[in-house]
Amino acid sequence: MTDTPLSAPGASVGRSGRVALRRLGAGLWPVLVVVAALIALWYLACIPMNAQGSLLEAERAEIAVTPPTAAERRDMGGLALTAANPTVAAAGAFAQDRPRLPAPHQVVAELIDSTIGLRLTSKRSLVFHAGITLGPTLLGFAIGSLAGILLAVGIVHSRVMDLSVMPWAIASQTIPILAIAPMIIVVLNSVGIQGLLPKAIISAYLSFFPVTVGMVKGLRAPAASDLDLMRTWNASTFRTLVSLRLPTSLPYLFASLKIAVAAALVGAIIGELPTGAVRGLGARLLAGSYYGQTIQIWSALFAAAIVAAALVALITGIERLTLRRMGLAR
Amino acid sequence: MTVISARSLDLTFQTGDGAVHALSGISLDIAEGEFISFIGPSGCGKTTFLRCVAALEQPTGGSLTVNGMTPDEARQARAYGYVFQAAGLYPWRTIGRNVTLPLEIMGYPKAERRERMERVLRLVELDQFAGKYPWQLSGGMQQRASIARALAFDAPILLMDEPFGALDEIVRDRLNEELLSLWARTNKTMLFVTHSIPEAVYLSTRIVVMSPRPGRIADVIENPLPRERPLDIRDTPEFLAVAHRVREGLREGMAAA
Repeated sequence: MTDTPLSAPGASVGRSGRVALRRLGAGLWPVLVVVAALIALWYLACIPMNAQGSLLEAERAEIAVTPPTAAERRDMGGLALTAANPTVAAAGAFAQDRPRLPAPHQVVAELIDSTIGLRLTSKRSLVFHAGITLGPTLLGFAIGSLAGILLAVGIVHSRVMDLSVMPWAIASQTIPILAIAPMIIVVLNSVGIQGLLPKAIISAYLSFFPVTVGMVKGLRAPAASDLDLMRTWNASTFRTLVSLRLPTSLPYLFASLKIAVAAALVGAIIGELPTGAVRGLGARLLAGSYYGQTIQIWSALFAAAIVAAALVALITGIERLTLRRMGLAR
Repeated sequence: MTVISARSLDLTFQTGDGAVHALSGISLDIAEGEFISFIGPSGCGKTTFLRCVAALEQPTGGSLTVNGMTPDEARQARAYGYVFQAAGLYPWRTIGRNVTLPLEIMGYPKAERRERMERVLRLVELDQFAGKYPWQLSGGMQQRASIARALAFDAPILLMDEPFGALDEIVRDRLNEELLSLWARTNKTMLFVTHSIPEAVYLSTRIVVMSPRPGRIADVIENPLPRERPLDIRDTPEFLAVAHRVREGLREGMAAA
């Protein structure tokens, strides 16, 4: 035998690691430029959006504005007001208590203030509220993913299920979640189920679908010759599922799980709205809109986005570890 | 003793463009311990015939028995091992665990799985690589592993569908030599599909020349070469004479089509 293995395991890791770092460095500038442009645009948008408030405060401080009275200004657009009073509008746009559009630094300050600035048990702590929302998110994600996988297994193995379940699964996603969430809460409440589970079910309702679609594709991914091979060994359908279809489907599963976990978070937030909950990110959004606390709304939105990004990053990490161990990604 | 017996075997595929006559009137008896090569241009039905023997395709006419059973009964009795053109090793299993997969499926106890895995990997000289993953092996080594996997459960028949078709000439030569010595040691019945005339002549006791549209047997050539065959036998006049007959058979088959 003169054959030698093409490469030792892990031999290329050091090199590819450095290449990845260099690539990251090269890719950093475009990303930063885009982020900077977005922030600049945001600041710029604050001026006309908050022009009504800026001019009102200026009028109270007895600075001359055109038109001079609030009644005259009421029906004017933000752009027109800014054009008439550019300096006044710009000066007052970024430090209002209840701006229509809070400036980025106001949102960041509120985010910092309501996370590391407070005790975790405080009613204003976003970490506390995010934790409340995380519970139903994870439970719903687990239920939804499991249901999605089971449905996909059924669909792949039964033509009847393929024809009968898939249309319903698609139809279920065309119903706005805002319409069906209160019904789920009310129906479950009437049979005595409250708290975590109803919200988790709304999360599951949103997260099972991408898993079903992805897993149907993944379970059908094995090559015809791989399936033939199983047949030559007279392998049972179950054995083929466990030893061939499921391992082959894993890359598809992880792609679906990333979509599903973000959808589960949305579901949990929506699930908090109809109950008029006082705790959770959804509750913060609701309270913020009741009292016109735009900065609170925006910081809750960003907190939700950060939680979603963290969850997706967690799944990406598990994916990378698993697929590398299985030799499916290098 | 006859292991595989085909009588006026017919297979017609119904496709969107109408019926395709893949096999027509195939009659062939294969005795135990023979090494039969099937050679012919694309579409001559050589792979289809192999798949019929493996019960992966259902003939539409004629009769076919494997070990005196229907092909499907033979499949359920695990009468054959099948080697595809692609090695088809599972990337998430080591070479060793790829070889034990059919044994797991067939319910062999763990100790015996291990013992058999080590034995067949030694047979294809991969015993040092049981713990490696398929992507760490060259194409030729992967194909050897796939042959080891087909040997692991000691099926008396080995069906090979262009197993070396994707390999380069040098690797293919060596694997051919190894396959011959493997056959001599195990005395299995071999059915081997190939595109290569030298490969067919070098390996077989009989060569079945097939021709397309419809897929049928054009000629069956007895190979007079001794069973002991060093690689340089391919330069002898006897070898070239057989190769010439095969080439003639292929040409006549094409002319008749």
